[in-house]
Amino acid sequence: MKEHFFDLAGYVQSLAGAGEVIASHFAAEESDFIRFNRSAVRQATSVRQARWTLTLIRDGRRVDAAATLSGSPAADRDQLKAMLALLRDAVADAPADPYLLYAESPVNTARESVGAVPDAAVVIDAALEAGRGLDLVGHYAGGPIHEGFANSLGQRNWQRVDNFSFEWCLYHDRDKAVKTSYSGSRWEADDFARRMGFARDQLALLGRPARALSPGGYRAYLSPAAMEDVVGMLCWGGFGLKSQRTKQSPLMRLADGRDRFDPRVTIAENTAEGLAAGFQREGFVRPGRVELIRAGALGDALASPRSAKEYGVATNGANAEEVPESLDLAAGELPGAQVLQALDRGIYVGNLWYLNFSDRAACRLTGMTRFASFWVEGGEIRQPIDVMRFDDSAFRILGSQLEALTRERELILQGGTYGARNTASMRLPGALLRDFALVL
Amino acid sequence: MIETLAREFRAVAPAVDFCALRFMEETSEILTVRQDVPEPPQLATDRGAMVTVIDKGGLGYAATSDLTPAGLREAAMRAKRLAALTAGRAVTDYGRIAMPRPAGRFATAVADDPARLTRREKVELLAAEARQCRIDPRIVDWEANLWTTRTRAAYVTADGGEVEQEFHFLVPNMSATAHADGITQTRTHGGRGNGFCRQGGLEVLDAFGLAGSGRAVAEGALELLAAPNCPTGKMDVLLMPDQMMLQIHESIGHPLELDRILGDERNFAGTSFVTLDMFGTYRYGSELLDVTFDPARPGEYASYGWDDDGLAAERQFLIRRGILERPLGGAVSQARAGIAGVANTRSCAWNRPPIDRMANLNIEPGASSLEELVAGIEHGVMMRTNVSWSIDDSRNKFQFGCEWGRMIRGGRLAEVVRNPNYRGISATFWRSLTGVGDAATVEVLGTPFCGKGEPNQAIRVGHASPACRFAGVEVFGGAA
Repeated sequence: MKEHFFDLAGYVQSLAGAGEVIASHFAAEESDFIRFNRSAVRQATSVRQARWTLTLIRDGRRVDAAATLSGSPAADRDQLKAMLALLRDAVADAPADPYLLYAESPVNTARESVGAVPDAAVVIDAALEAGRGLDLVGHYAGGPIHEGFANSLGQRNWQRVDNFSFEWCLYHDRDKAVKTSYSGSRWEADDFARRMGFARDQLALLGRPARALSPGGYRAYLSPAAMEDVVGMLCWGGFGLKSQRTKQSPLMRLADGRDRFDPRVTIAENTAEGLAAGFQREGFVRPGRVELIRAGALGDALASPRSAKEYGVATNGANAEEVPESLDLAAGELPGAQVLQALDRGIYVGNLWYLNFSDRAACRLTGMTRFASFWVEGGEIRQPIDVMRFDDSAFRILGSQLEALTRERELILQGGTYGARNTASMRLPGALLRDFALVL
Repeated sequence: MIETLAREFRAVAPAVDFCALRFMEETSEILTVRQDVPEPPQLATDRGAMVTVIDKGGLGYAATSDLTPAGLREAAMRAKRLAALTAGRAVTDYGRIAMPRPAGRFATAVADDPARLTRREKVELLAAEARQCRIDPRIVDWEANLWTTRTRAAYVTADGGEVEQEFHFLVPNMSATAHADGITQTRTHGGRGNGFCRQGGLEVLDAFGLAGSGRAVAEGALELLAAPNCPTGKMDVLLMPDQMMLQIHESIGHPLELDRILGDERNFAGTSFVTLDMFGTYRYGSELLDVTFDPARPGEYASYGWDDDGLAAERQFLIRRGILERPLGGAVSQARAGIAGVANTRSCAWNRPPIDRMANLNIEPGASSLEELVAGIEHGVMMRTNVSWSIDDSRNKFQFGCEWGRMIRGGRLAEVVRNPNYRGISATFWRSLTGVGDAATVEVLGTPFCGKGEPNQAIRVGHASPACRFAGVEVFGGAA
């Protein structure tokens, strides 16, 4: 795949005419997707796809076109040549773009993370064996992910990441389940077995009678998986330069000083320690770290090239959506082993689900508890809880009601596979809250 | 091209119990004018095919963008291997399911060819309307979009089935955001999530009402800026179609998906409070509730002739006079559950396997005019345009919010309110339906982004609905 990318990149560069800059973004995957339900296979799918986005810049104008590639060198060259002809027609008709910003100083990078991703047969055997006698439902996605950038100024960026993500639930009954994930670049049977064993242990707790909670405030512990949903909401327009400048960010109360998070809350786009590429689709190389929330206060915004030009600041290699891809929430002091003891009496939230803003301007969130969430008393898990809706402000969750963050953090791969697999991730601690508002 | 592809596929199809090829090609264009500045046009072509193999009870899918005979053969071998790996270890014996062998052609009716206007003319049309948003310095952002897509699809079975379908989609949108004194409010025409989405040509722009929409959204955003927060309390709500589409989608559509009921989605999208024993007897809503699966409605966003397993699509009642009749389940799910469903096995693209989806899911119009619906409310709120949605994984406890609300007192419309939200429980909410608007209140909407499935799929669905009135709903507003 790498050779194919560099061959096509060189070919496209050779097509550039006088006064033209041509940029290319390449994304490809060779993936296995295997769905399980009731400890059997529901669907097994193999996907091979490659997509090339061509950008033509001429006379201060820009047009983009994307297309799937076949993988055949000759056919793909022909296709890119035809795309370029289409773009040349289009760019002549396009208005000048005052916010055009492209990578003019070539910076070449390369990163290869070749792993040992299992064959589909290994995954199916392991999952069905582990799920025997249980109700296992889950999804495995794995294989190499390739990404590249090239432009006619000679820049070349390349990344290959081999990884897999297996997320599964062991169901007790109806909506009572334990959710577990195993992800990485090298499948280890012992590691998988250990995680499955932990899930089986938690499953036993779900057999106890469920506790129905009344709406109200509760002490709560949000696991790193639950925190992924909370922090994920902040990413929905929260950190982008455009959303902040147009007053649409849910963090406007931070921006204008009306509110702040707890001083222990520091959030960064930590490209240096994430899995996402160190370059963005338009070829800008990302700094290793951009602090988005600094000790509870608003830090730097994620500035895409377009927003950077519009608002007259430097880009920091953000994607067009200005959404973090390698988010990092600083660790706290609470040892993970002491979470239940510190919680004492309240709810242990293993997962949250389907979050949205109930008042975006106030960063007020709503969502549901899901999967393994438990009632804790005397520092011990007593029983599962029936699912509950919460409606609470992020300024309380990460601010006034934040009692502690855990010392240990989890690296959570963003399992989203819309259109294609991706390399986004979050590194998060759990959070102990003095009060968490349940409403239904 | 389709004839050639079908011939070449059949020449390389392996000797298995069942083999099919699903081809899809989408060509799209997204035009945006933001704050009077046209953004670079986004053009895309997505083309590829998926091979399905059923053999000895196993099922395998393989997708490829290499449509040469060698590429198709290689994909067929990958699918065959996966079928072999799953044989005897799958959720059902897929070999026992009678897969359709369809024949025919479907095409979107296009009255006004989108190609009649050049790209520059379309951009100028958007720019002219967007300029009308600039009516007040408190308008801090505004944007006009037009997203057009042409999709060619074919489904070919190795044993002679062959269907061709061609779709034209058009999705316009207009939005404006106002800000003052720490308050930000956005008003859209077409919805936050592209709720106005149709099949057709440029005639869709007329139905959308592009002319005048720029000024209307700007005025709407300023109106919300000046409005008080929606009050809190139990009251009647009158949901207009651009909120009803979300209410239908989340608390009728998803719970009735048969694959959810069978448990396939429990690791991701969730399960359902609906169980198989409820069909035929369960009272889902009041006597006023009639819900149809209608893939034949011209112009609605998810109209089609056949689903992606080749099952011919036809209109069916899912809920009639409030009683649950039929789930949203295609050929495979119907066979697994032993219950009749509809032709709704769909995939969002050539690289994703088909699963049970909604397609067009509509509420049938009732007998009440909008004035009568309003007159029947002593204390309540009218809500328009979904902005927030959240529901539990059984599709029961929900909380939804809208862009715009207007109080109703003593049967009369009163002041506009901002941040109107409401919450409830699906299993009881629909039984509180006390009024269904007549055909004059119906709007044909939908969403391009219904998310579900592993691997994830965002698919097009349509929702046509009249205005509907519900009694005794928990309503609340935003933070002070």
